[in-house]
Amino acid sequence: MTQELLRLEKIVKSFAGVQALKGVDLQVNSGEITCLVGENGCGKSTLIKVISGVYQPDSGSIFIDGKPVSHLRPIDSIRSGIQVIYQDFSLFPNLSVAENLALNDQLSQGKRFVNWGNVRAIAQEALKRTDVKLPLDALVGDLSVADKQLIAISRAILQDARLVVMDEPTTALTGKEVAALFKVVRNLQAKGIAILFVSHKLNEVLEIAEKVVIMRNGEKVLDTPARELDARKISHYMTGREIAESYYDFTAKPNETTLLKVEHLTLPGAFEDISFSLRSGEILGITGLLGSGRTELAKALFGESPAKSGTIHVKGQVVNIRSIQDAIRNRIGYVPEDRLTEGLFLQRSIGSNIVTSTLKQLLSRVGIVENRKVNNEIGQWVENLHIKTRDVSLPVRSLSGGNQQRVVLAKWLSAKPQILILNGPTVGVDVGSKEELHQIIKDLAHKGMGIIVISDDIPELMATCNRILLMRRGRIGEELVTRQTGEGELSAKLRQSAV
Amino acid sequence: MLNLRALFARQEFIIFIVLVALCAIIAIINPTAFLNVPNAFRILRACIVIGIFALGALMVLISGGIDVSFPAIAICALYLSTLIIVDTGIDSVPLAFALGGLIGLALGLVNAVFIGIFKLPTLIVTLGTLNLFRGALLFFAGSVRIRLSEVTTNFADATRWNIITVPAARGEASLHFSILILLGLALLVWFILRYTMLGRAIYAIGGDREAAERAGFNIVRTQFFIYGFVGFLAGIGGIVFGILAREADPFAIVGTELDVIAAVVLGGASILGGRGTVIGTLLGVLLITLISSNLVLLGIPTEWQRFVIGALIIIGVGIPALQSLRRKVRHTQLSGAV
Repeated sequence: MTQELLRLEKIVKSFAGVQALKGVDLQVNSGEITCLVGENGCGKSTLIKVISGVYQPDSGSIFIDGKPVSHLRPIDSIRSGIQVIYQDFSLFPNLSVAENLALNDQLSQGKRFVNWGNVRAIAQEALKRTDVKLPLDALVGDLSVADKQLIAISRAILQDARLVVMDEPTTALTGKEVAALFKVVRNLQAKGIAILFVSHKLNEVLEIAEKVVIMRNGEKVLDTPARELDARKISHYMTGREIAESYYDFTAKPNETTLLKVEHLTLPGAFEDISFSLRSGEILGITGLLGSGRTELAKALFGESPAKSGTIHVKGQVVNIRSIQDAIRNRIGYVPEDRLTEGLFLQRSIGSNIVTSTLKQLLSRVGIVENRKVNNEIGQWVENLHIKTRDVSLPVRSLSGGNQQRVVLAKWLSAKPQILILNGPTVGVDVGSKEELHQIIKDLAHKGMGIIVISDDIPELMATCNRILLMRRGRIGEELVTRQTGEGELSAKLRQSAV
Repeated sequence: MLNLRALFARQEFIIFIVLVALCAIIAIINPTAFLNVPNAFRILRACIVIGIFALGALMVLISGGIDVSFPAIAICALYLSTLIIVDTGIDSVPLAFALGGLIGLALGLVNAVFIGIFKLPTLIVTLGTLNLFRGALLFFAGSVRIRLSEVTTNFADATRWNIITVPAARGEASLHFSILILLGLALLVWFILRYTMLGRAIYAIGGDREAAERAGFNIVRTQFFIYGFVGFLAGIGGIVFGILAREADPFAIVGTELDVIAAVVLGGASILGGRGTVIGTLLGVLLITLISSNLVLLGIPTEWQRFVIGALIIIGVGIPALQSLRRKVRHTQLSGAV
């Protein structure tokens, strides 16, 4: 059954003198699920673009079905059955599911007219092949990210794909959706289709992959069956250093007022009767599944969608948080989960993003922005949070995910919050940066900040929080002390909370 | 599957209801003036030119662009065609349409060059060419109003090419043949949009330009078609306007662009591109025309017409915005935290 489908030999690719790929070998067999992992900038994306024919390698050879291919163009790649599903899926939000599925097929056949009966038939065929059920007449824009992805996959399979490359397919999916995706992937595998899976999430990689290929600095450092690996080993190879994250311990100082105390907080439809407290120096984890109300709770504490009843105390004082301004006045900061849409002005410079919420404090006496003060402030955060950039006047968009997340963090830290709520602080961030971000979070807590981490990344919760609240259908189901809870136990509890 | 809920979510249906309701109100308050064939003919006649323009504006909006230059193209087409007919002495209505269509096409392609090849923003380009075309016309061709009946026979005579004539209280009322041009063009645009890959390309570009490019659509060629065709429609619309008005006035038409775009938007086309239908556009045109010609029958002073049109635009754009907001809220409630 396993037959060599694609083989790359000693692929070298440079950009402006920098070697992105330094002689990489890769073999993909039919019906095999291979995971390609590596930190940002390790050459994964370049390798994918070589496979899809977008980039021509400087040297090295490509074999498809054992035959050498001298010049692989995108169209050759597609014709040999290689389909790349990009992170944005390349779908049309304004068109129906059926049309999205059928459009590429019709285009490649050079059709000039549209036969709508045909479109439906093609779409049904596509969904049948992936064994996915979706409403054909729904507009794609109205569907969830997971459904969009299934459409992108179905569309790829329709074009007789033999190798499907998925670039970070699970970044925006919930646990349940990932499970559904994996079912589809295994289904494809059973049909002899090879999958090349690019991912950051190690537990997912270990769950789905048969073979793991790890890249670092443009080189392949490991190529081995997945069963011989564990998360620690993978991170070791990815980063080239041993990442051993420890627990975060906290002991309360005896006579200190509680930093944040929440009592019976309720927002009908979102969460109910939430009570908890947070001390200065504590890192409190809040987790829960899809629709458990954890994001809504965070938004209520930040005044974005205020709670209907219940009380919030900050340092023993009852405070009324009805708006974001109220939250900021009480020095509560919130780093949203979707940093791209909620947290940053992507086109604006790194520097201006950092100071955007604190510009007022950087004014001179007559109310004019003092450039020297601003630059000091920016420089300080770039240094403290190790934001990797050669120039702070570059747009934020030019940064990698981990560094973008640091800019968001810097933006909120510059407002000097006493309570910081982080929602999915390392979503879409690679392993090395993740560990560094965790360290930053812990350092902040050590300095006396109270931090709430909202996440469903269990290793992350285990590594950063001293206590974890498990939310279930809008209520706090359980409170766990990290030290006394195993990773497996937490993950089982999280899964159980679905029922 | 069209269930009731989906039907109500469609803007075409909402505008249809508004249209029926408005007609009912006018009919109840002033039945004698409103409910008669001559008045219906009058409303339809007023729809023709706006309707032809609106079909072009619809295509541009679906593709994610906006075109405000079509009135200038229309008046150039009308005025230049009239001059050519007068100069050559070939006094023929088909020639007038052919010339108008060609001049419109040529000017539309000027827009296409700037938009397709130089990739400039559509609003800026067409704002520029609106003034450019009109300025050039007034400077080079003149600013004198030409009465068709004074210089042509056949062309001027087309004013009386009616398809139905009924006796009215004073004289008779007629429906002009150019309503057939509108219907024919509407059918053509509907077919292009719905049943050709070119039409789907227009939707695709409006939905996600980059995805369209990756799927293999030729964006530049599609834009050349769109702006060329819009120019052609504007040219035809200009000739029809001349025939109905019995004159070629270089100062006419310009200024109607906002009403036309309003009609298209009211008919469900999205300013952001990707959405819009021919049937919705025709309903939008009918609504705008009804307001500007028949609101008087309700005793509403003419000054208020602009107010009502403005309010309708805000409501028309507001309804889909609210709907999508509601959908988003429902969606986040469903999916919750990621």
